[in-house]
Amino acid sequence: MHVQSMHFKARAGGALADDVLQANLRKFGASGFALSRAKAVEAYGADDFERLRTAGASIRDRALATLDAYIERFEREAKRRGATVLFAETGAEACERVLEICRRHGVKKAIKSKSMLSEEVGLNDALAAAGVEPVETDLGEYIIQLAGESPSHIIAPAVHKSKDEVADLFAAHHRQARKTDIGEMTREARAVLRGHFVSADLGISGGNFLIAETGSGVIVTNEGNGRMVTTLPRVHLCITGIEKVLPTLEDFAVLLRLLTRSATGQAISNYVSMFTGPRRDGDGDGPEHLYFILVDAGRTNLVGGDLQDMLRCIRCGACMNHCPVYRSVGGHAYGWVYPGPMGAVLTPSYVGLENALELPHAATLCNQCGVVCPVRIPLPELLRKLREQEVEQRLRPQREMLALRAWAWVAQRPWLYALATRWAARVLRVRGGGARRIHRLPGASGWTRSRDFPAPQGATFRDLYRKTRASG
Amino acid sequence: MRVGLFVTCLVDLMRPSIGFAAIKLLETAGCEVQVPPTQTCCGQPGYNSGDRASARALAAKLLDEFEACEYVVAPSGSCAGMIRAHYPDLFRDDAYMLGRIERLCARVYELTDFLVNVAGLAAVPGGYSGSITYHDSCSGLRELGVKRQPRALLGRMPGVELREMDECEQCCGFGGTFAVKFGDVSAAIADRKCAAIEATGAGAVVLGDLGCMLNLEGRLRRRGNETVKVLHIAEVLAGAPGVGSR
Repeated sequence: MHVQSMHFKARAGGALADDVLQANLRKFGASGFALSRAKAVEAYGADDFERLRTAGASIRDRALATLDAYIERFEREAKRRGATVLFAETGAEACERVLEICRRHGVKKAIKSKSMLSEEVGLNDALAAAGVEPVETDLGEYIIQLAGESPSHIIAPAVHKSKDEVADLFAAHHRQARKTDIGEMTREARAVLRGHFVSADLGISGGNFLIAETGSGVIVTNEGNGRMVTTLPRVHLCITGIEKVLPTLEDFAVLLRLLTRSATGQAISNYVSMFTGPRRDGDGDGPEHLYFILVDAGRTNLVGGDLQDMLRCIRCGACMNHCPVYRSVGGHAYGWVYPGPMGAVLTPSYVGLENALELPHAATLCNQCGVVCPVRIPLPELLRKLREQEVEQRLRPQREMLALRAWAWVAQRPWLYALATRWAARVLRVRGGGARRIHRLPGASGWTRSRDFPAPQGATFRDLYRKTRASG
Repeated sequence: MRVGLFVTCLVDLMRPSIGFAAIKLLETAGCEVQVPPTQTCCGQPGYNSGDRASARALAAKLLDEFEACEYVVAPSGSCAGMIRAHYPDLFRDDAYMLGRIERLCARVYELTDFLVNVAGLAAVPGGYSGSITYHDSCSGLRELGVKRQPRALLGRMPGVELREMDECEQCCGFGGTFAVKFGDVSAAIADRKCAAIEATGAGAVVLGDLGCMLNLEGRLRRRGNETVKVLHIAEVLAGAPGVGSR
């Protein structure tokens, strides 16, 4: 996917000015996943859920600590059960592996269930360029494919679209009478997709988890399309990140409890599909060939570094559901595949810090994300690490660094600090006038463009305190 | 109890009355309050902007100034949180300093947390009367667990009617330099908070951090809301001049 993460500020500005998007985001915030999660956690027991988060984090840490060994175990077990396991170091290599499979099996049409990794590596474009028609079958992904857009949320890719916008899209693409009832619209999309399901040669799925001890892949879905993608076509290809390996099925049981509750507030999703090897004699369904493509694309760079905790991520979306910034500007503002707090860490890691300079700063560090993360990723701390890396690599604007250093320099000299603050308190107080507020402040227009700046009381605490001591 | 008051740079510069209110509350609770005169800033702006070196320098300075105090109290969850939750990270590679920092951290409190859980403040001196709503500032809430404490203290004021707002734990959009770097996004977040405050119909929004106060007051006034007061919890509890009642 084309990287636009350098332009967060401009894109966020556009998002704030887009009334339709703002209305959609308000709806998302008011009735969305955050509330469902809170209810699910309460039903599970808040303290128990905290223990579950701790268990989930330690399982992910254990898997990452010896990732290579678990990947090898996964490869061995998957092969033993008849699957083919391939590896790709880069996104381009991942696309090439997929196209090789398409050529080998004469694939003309590929149906897809949701896969963020395929968005990450630009798989749909690569397929189309090679003459293979990719058809997204997750309803949200289908909608944005029709619109020619990218996902704005990792589990609800079309959350930025209103019902009316979708009705227009369906009417234009399905060439049927425009419907506005959500049930009817869904049935219409379903009827269209059914044709694709039975005519596709290849099913491409993502993978929420890979189970090392059984060589299985798992997808966690709600619409049933994933079940069809993984069983109907003669070839099934699961493409996912190398970090998704879990040691055992027991481990998976813990992570599944966390994932669905954190994502949508469900105790369990409508479908949990586990695929272990291709169809065997006597199986009622399943593909003749099963491939796994495990993609690195920057992940191993994080192993052993300051940001390794990020690899624990299980892609639930809770961080963005609770993020005040995401809720204000939506996912497209972040400019790449992954939005919200997890995206603000992953994007610089995968596309280069120099290509995403603003993202680590596009957060209030309120830590709503950190307290809801099912695997306890300390997202604000990781964002702070990235900010430190920007400073170390001299990627921050000179003016900003100068201001910071000047503040710190003065703050280390109490007499100078006292003088400077005494002066500032007086000047700002005068500028505040009778209303005691400042409408425009040079150098802080970012603040005063949409907010007043309350004027100070006029004298500093230290001066007033010294006087009371002297007189008292 | 000997308490060192960390006034915080924003209170010092913007609203000294909060500092005096904090002193009054601590003295009412029977504490002997010291105000180390050379104190300035806790280093949070540098720390959150990736400038570790300056944050470390200011942390070491604060340590020198407050190390002798039995307790350290700040009328700010953000600054107390900076010390308690983040100072150790700044010195993780220096065992000697880390030891000193950790001994300090154990004695650092946000004001209401200290009044309730350490000093056991018996009677609240302020006489505020009117309806208020309470905004839980992020650092105090999520780094220090300040949630029940301010409400417990407000609950001892017979004239105060607390009306909880929707999403009182959501960020106000301040975020330090975020508010200047991404002013429009920050204001959009503040807008949701302002709407939640206004929906309660309360006469005042009370909170424990000056950064959030400046943000909310600035946005409320720009929205044309001239009536809702924005008050620090210390001002309300101590009955600071000008806060009064309605």
